Amino acid sequence: MAEKTFEQAIEELEGIVKELEEGELSLEKTIKKFERGMQLSKHCTEKLDQVEQKLKKLVKTDDGFQLEMM
Amino acid sequence: MIEIRSEIDPQNIYSVSELNQEIKTLIETTIPVVWLEGEVSNLKFHSSGHVYFSLKDKDSQISAVIWKSRFAGLNFTPQDGMKVIVLGRVTVFHKRGSYQFDTIKMKPAGVGDLQLAFEQLKQKLLDEGLFDETQKKPIPEFPESIGIVTSETGAAIQDLYNVLNRRFPGIEIILNPVKVQGEGAAHEIALAVDEFNEFKKVDVLIVGRGGGSLEDLWAFNEEEVARAVFRSEIPVISAVGHEVDFTICDFVADLRAPTPSAAAELAVPDRIEWLERITRMKHVIFERSAGKIQYERERLTSLVSSYHFLRTPDIIKDFQQRVDELTNTMQVSFRHRISLLQNRVLSLAQQLQSVAPESVLKRGYSICVREKDGVIVKDANYLVQNDKIKVKFFKGSMSGIVEEINND
Repeated sequence: MAEKTFEQAIEELEGIVKELEEGELSLEKTIKKFERGMQLSKHCTEKLDQVEQKLKKLVKTDDGFQLEMM
Repeated sequence: MIEIRSEIDPQNIYSVSELNQEIKTLIETTIPVVWLEGEVSNLKFHSSGHVYFSLKDKDSQISAVIWKSRFAGLNFTPQDGMKVIVLGRVTVFHKRGSYQFDTIKMKPAGVGDLQLAFEQLKQKLLDEGLFDETQKKPIPEFPESIGIVTSETGAAIQDLYNVLNRRFPGIEIILNPVKVQGEGAAHEIALAVDEFNEFKKVDVLIVGRGGGSLEDLWAFNEEEVARAVFRSEIPVISAVGHEVDFTICDFVADLRAPTPSAAAELAVPDRIEWLERITRMKHVIFERSAGKIQYERERLTSLVSSYHFLRTPDIIKDFQQRVDELTNTMQVSFRHRISLLQNRVLSLAQQLQSVAPESVLKRGYSICVREKDGVIVKDANYLVQNDKIKVKFFKGSMSGIVEEINND
């Protein structure tokens, strides 16, 4: 899950909500989707809870770019 | 009064050159640099880069020129019929004996020259399709990293930082600092946009500055900036000045924000709003899953309490009963068969009895056995003289020795 971006996670989460709302899943699938949905919502919430603000400066050097903390 | 000499004075004959030179000197020294208002006509862009035209009013006209180097300094393009105010002086073209107005500066009369330049560039880029909706790239809903092109010291970066920080802390903000006004600003802004595209690792760009006069915002109206924003692979949000300020950069950008703060709001989602949305989704997942489980439970209950399901034990009992009955039947017939067999065994035993040697002996016969090997003697030839024999009777036996054999 670590490599999943917030956007991807939210998309999958929305998909699960939709599938569950349609209510055509088997019980086994429902439980699987439920577990996955809980995982995803935790992941998204964690992403939203990252509070470290990063303001950096783009500096062009001879061999590419560097980011300097401001 | 001018004195007219009718006679030729050979000492005082001018050459054409001399006369034109005197006219040139006279005109160029007596008429100062002036502002002149008129309408442009006969505009000709010469291949040399110099621009020739006439300035006229309703009764008169004068030839005019703008040399290449000065034409490049204009921030609008003159057109036939345009009312202009020009600064310049009258010069005489000695070789032809003609005079013309040598233009130093030109401004559109009526509207400001910046305003005109703006309208002209806007029209040009519109015609080229730089503002087409089909060219607009979507702004990502959840950027992980945001590139900003603005001044390091201006109000815009502070506003952007504050709003981004409030709405979605944790997003990476990368500033590529530039001059946002004055000489070279447009070039720095365009370059910074290009650099971000080379750097690649941002999801969206915010290009802008805080409010100011039309002149202050001018860099964002320059073609160089418009071109850089247009060729950017990274979606660009333009955020120049205040709500009322529209720049060329706004038209080319993928999205126009009225102010830098508004740009920050457009660039990132609201964290609180999304936390609430996720909570709602979680709630729906909970409810739906619990609902499904409840539904299946009820379905199961109703199946279990259904007539057919309840009858199952009865059916089993029926079967048990049948099994019992069959077992009984089987046992009865088995016993019957056994007794038949027992009877048969009994009668066979009786039959056997009748042929048993005891019953023969009982009737008075006896059995003679050759003692050395126990063979029953059925023929006198089995024996020789002096063989020991044993004779069994119904009751008891005797032993003897053979005396004589008769083979009759």
